[in-house]
Amino acid sequence: MNSLELATRLRTFLPPDAVLHETEDLRPYECDGLSAYRQAPMIVALPQTEGEVIEVLKACHAAKTPVVARGAGTGLSGGALPHAEGVLLSLAKLKRILEIDPVARSARVQPGVRNLAISEAAAPYGLYYAPDPSSQIACSIGGNVAENSGGVHCLKYGLTVHNILKLRVVTIAGEILEIGGECLDSPGYDLLALMTGSEGMLGVVTEVTVKLLPRPEKAQVVMVAFDDIRKAADAVANVIGAGIIPAGMEMMDKITARAVEEYVHAGYNLDAAAILLCESDGTVEEVVEEIRRIDEIMNKSGATEIITSRDEAERLKFWAGRKAAFPAAGRVSPDYYCMDGTIPRNKLAQVLSGIEALSVEYGLRCMNVFHAGDGNLHPLILYDANKTGELEMTEKFGAKILQMCIQAGGTITGEHGVGIEKINQMCSQFKPGELEMFHAVKAAFDPEGLLNPGKAVPTLRRCAEHGAMHVHRGEEKFPELPRF
Amino acid sequence: MQDIVGQFAGIIRAAAEDKVPLRIRSGGSKDFYGNRIPGQNDRVLDASTYAGIVDYERTELVLTARAGTRLADLETELRKHGQMMAFEPPYFGSTATLGGCVATGLSGPRRASAGAVRDFVLGVRMLDGRGDDLRFGGQVMKNVAGYDVSRLMTGSMGTLGLLLEVSLKVLPLPAMEITLHMAMKEAEAIERMNRWAAKPLPVSATCFCDGGLAVRLSGAEPAVRAAHAKLGGDEIDDGGVFWESVREQSHSFFQSGKPLWRLSIKSTAPPLPLPGKQLMEWGGALRWWADETGIDAGVAREIAKAAGGHATLFRGHESCADVFHPLEPAMMTIQRRLKEKFDPMGILNPGRMYPQY
Ligand SMILES: Cc1cc2nc3c(=O)[nH]c(=O)nc-3n(C[C@H](O)[C@H](O)[C@H](O)COP(=O)(O)OP(=O)(O)OC[C@H]3O[C@@H](n4cnc5c(N)ncnc54)[C@H](O)[C@@H]3O)c2cc1C
Ligand SMILES: Cc1cc2nc3c(=O)[nH]c(=O)nc-3n(C[C@H](O)[C@H](O)[C@H](O)COP(=O)(O)OP(=O)(O)OC[C@H]3O[C@@H](n4cnc5c(N)ncnc54)[C@H](O)[C@@H]3O)c2cc1C
Repeated sequence: MNSLELATRLRTFLPPDAVLHETEDLRPYECDGLSAYRQAPMIVALPQTEGEVIEVLKACHAAKTPVVARGAGTGLSGGALPHAEGVLLSLAKLKRILEIDPVARSARVQPGVRNLAISEAAAPYGLYYAPDPSSQIACSIGGNVAENSGGVHCLKYGLTVHNILKLRVVTIAGEILEIGGECLDSPGYDLLALMTGSEGMLGVVTEVTVKLLPRPEKAQVVMVAFDDIRKAADAVANVIGAGIIPAGMEMMDKITARAVEEYVHAGYNLDAAAILLCESDGTVEEVVEEIRRIDEIMNKSGATEIITSRDEAERLKFWAGRKAAFPAAGRVSPDYYCMDGTIPRNKLAQVLSGIEALSVEYGLRCMNVFHAGDGNLHPLILYDANKTGELEMTEKFGAKILQMCIQAGGTITGEHGVGIEKINQMCSQFKPGELEMFHAVKAAFDPEGLLNPGKAVPTLRRCAEHGAMHVHRGEEKFPELPRF
Repeated sequence: MQDIVGQFAGIIRAAAEDKVPLRIRSGGSKDFYGNRIPGQNDRVLDASTYAGIVDYERTELVLTARAGTRLADLETELRKHGQMMAFEPPYFGSTATLGGCVATGLSGPRRASAGAVRDFVLGVRMLDGRGDDLRFGGQVMKNVAGYDVSRLMTGSMGTLGLLLEVSLKVLPLPAMEITLHMAMKEAEAIERMNRWAAKPLPVSATCFCDGGLAVRLSGAEPAVRAAHAKLGGDEIDDGGVFWESVREQSHSFFQSGKPLWRLSIKSTAPPLPLPGKQLMEWGGALRWWADETGIDAGVAREIAKAAGGHATLFRGHESCADVFHPLEPAMMTIQRRLKEKFDPMGILNPGRMYPQY
């Protein structure tokens, strides 16, 4: 079926303005948050109900046309990058909050609902939805499920996978699967976990029931400065070693702290080699006790400055700096490229000095923001896309960082997903048999491979062409050779 | 240790070639659980020999151990470092292993507040039904590279593969725990447990039985004391013993000798219209029911479904094939296909979950 025929077919059940296929109408859908990759789809479909989603999928299935689901398009790995011969299925119009159950502490919402809108709707009941990606004012809950998104509070409160109860999913064949339930487990295999983080490859999420948590009575954040990033890393280990799980634990290096300070005036110490934000929340009694202990540990760990937020306004001010790290990068450089590796925390100093060396080697600046509590690194490589060759250099730099993360026993993506961006690095992280198992899992849901084809899992052929070798936790092929 | 993996792989490959089912067994502590399959010709794969902690660093909050490691050994080691498996796994016998714990996916009293086994599984190394040695997930807290096969393995009852190693997130032991007891009716207990859960209170376990509600508070001492003052109730002395009796089902409620049903439902569901005794956990979301009347399984399942959940015939069943709640046809199709992908010859614990696979 050509594009006009398929558009006509879709218009038999969708209103005319919900099917786009003129070039200028397609342009806004060309890319997600990773704008270095662009591709216009053949058609954009904008259903408004689950019934319409089912019809679109059935039509595409019958026509053997690829389908790429899209939420808010804030993804950072090209997961929602369209397919040239496919339909881009936008879930943006399914944006109703269907039910809030304050007693059972859950919310049933459509996939296009924004992450923050759930917490706003739950606020009158003293409840909120815990995972808080920095993009939470814009990103959709459907996208969060597809990426298993996290936020600055996920060491204590978990990722998306820990905070959802139930999904309604439509398969490419147009069948509805109810996954999970209103209870705490379900019979059979745990498909709720399998769907979470599956990057739109297994099915289209049309409804999400999330858990709501009680708002903590009190939250307080400690802003700590260190003159050595190693000391900051040790301080993180010392806090956790003392049996404390902070509500948030974030680290920024010097160049990030400076960029952010100029932008939002969060009150950060500009001489520090590293800034740590460590938050405690809970009952008033818990917070008082925990902040006292954190303070003591930071002192012993060699902090050069410790400031505890005095009130909610100051707490938010300290956080505003961290949350503005990406836009701040956008102010100091025409372009930036955000990486997302995770490493065991004890490898932090090693990996950071590796990044520093690469930064010199490639002549590109790099800002480091770090979900320190759980080892998730976000190096932001600063570059200028208008300078010939800089993007290519940036991508090479980024690929080397990911390789280092794998060698340190970590992973190429903590929360942004593989998408199209990190597909080659998957060849290094997984063995052929493991990649084949991923393809098999996809085939169990989507035998014809029509949902988001070419993303998330590389073909073995691609790996062979890319020439990447599988690296398993330091067991390298030629360990005697220097790496950087 | 690597030769043991080679032997396991050999056993799996031979079984696949001969098309003879394998029964994976570790401690045998959960032999009672799941469908009984007649299969006299089954071969048994004893996975308990592949044991030992591979890696544990307290400040990383991550522990990796071989699947045959005894839960008791893991907990001893963790406790030494002031940490725990927060899902509080039931043992059902001193031989219980990490592999059996993850394969059955069962969690104990702390489940409603801390999370289930699956919430703490970070990665696995496994042999699939072809004997291929595969790793999924990893040893870090955040990881979205590839589908979440490690959590898919959790609770799959050994039907998708043999677990070799598991990495778990572990948590600090609470500084203090106390258990409160208060007398009340079932409906009131359900109402209260849900109300408390909507407040920032350090409630880490609840259990209602015989007109008494037990509540465990965990955390820093001042927080626990303040919460006690808010909730009221009498502090009991042997809280630890009590929660262990609930977790291990040595509590008198579980001694009836009658078939034991496990109903996992919405926490706010009102008292269930079932004859005989019930014990409630997880803030109302888990109801155990000792069936003294020999009710039709379909009735228990209807009641669980109406209450937003599902029912499992947990113990005391004869050789039967419907221990777990039936799946909708579309769901069954996907699950069967997944089983075929992991275990093409259908040799790993066939029928232990569903007769269809
Ligand atoms: C400034 C900025 C800050 C960010 N901070 C964070 C952060 O702190 N933590 C974090 O985890 N991420 C962060 N992100 C990344 C991004 O916001 C998340 O990945 C988010 O979950 C994507 O949601 P979305 O609705 O925009 O999805 P999209 O980008 O539209 O899609 C993402 C993927 O999900 C699939 N998808 C979308 N909707 C559905 C559906 N209904 N059914 C099936 N598949 C679907 C798509 O096919 C695609 O593969 C950030 C991004 C930006 C731009
Ligand atoms: C109070 C209480 C409640 C419980 N509730 C449940 C429950 O609801 N459901 C439940 O399943 N269990 C339940 N259990 C059992 C328990 O949680 C674990 O099953 C137990 O720790 C496993 O012990 P084991 O090593 O002796 O396993 P076994 O009894 O030897 O094996 C249990 C299952 O795991 C599989 N298995 C064992 N090792 C491996 C391996 N290495 N790789 C793959 N599969 C393997 C076996 O094939 C079998 O299906 C409960 C226990 C208690 C005390």
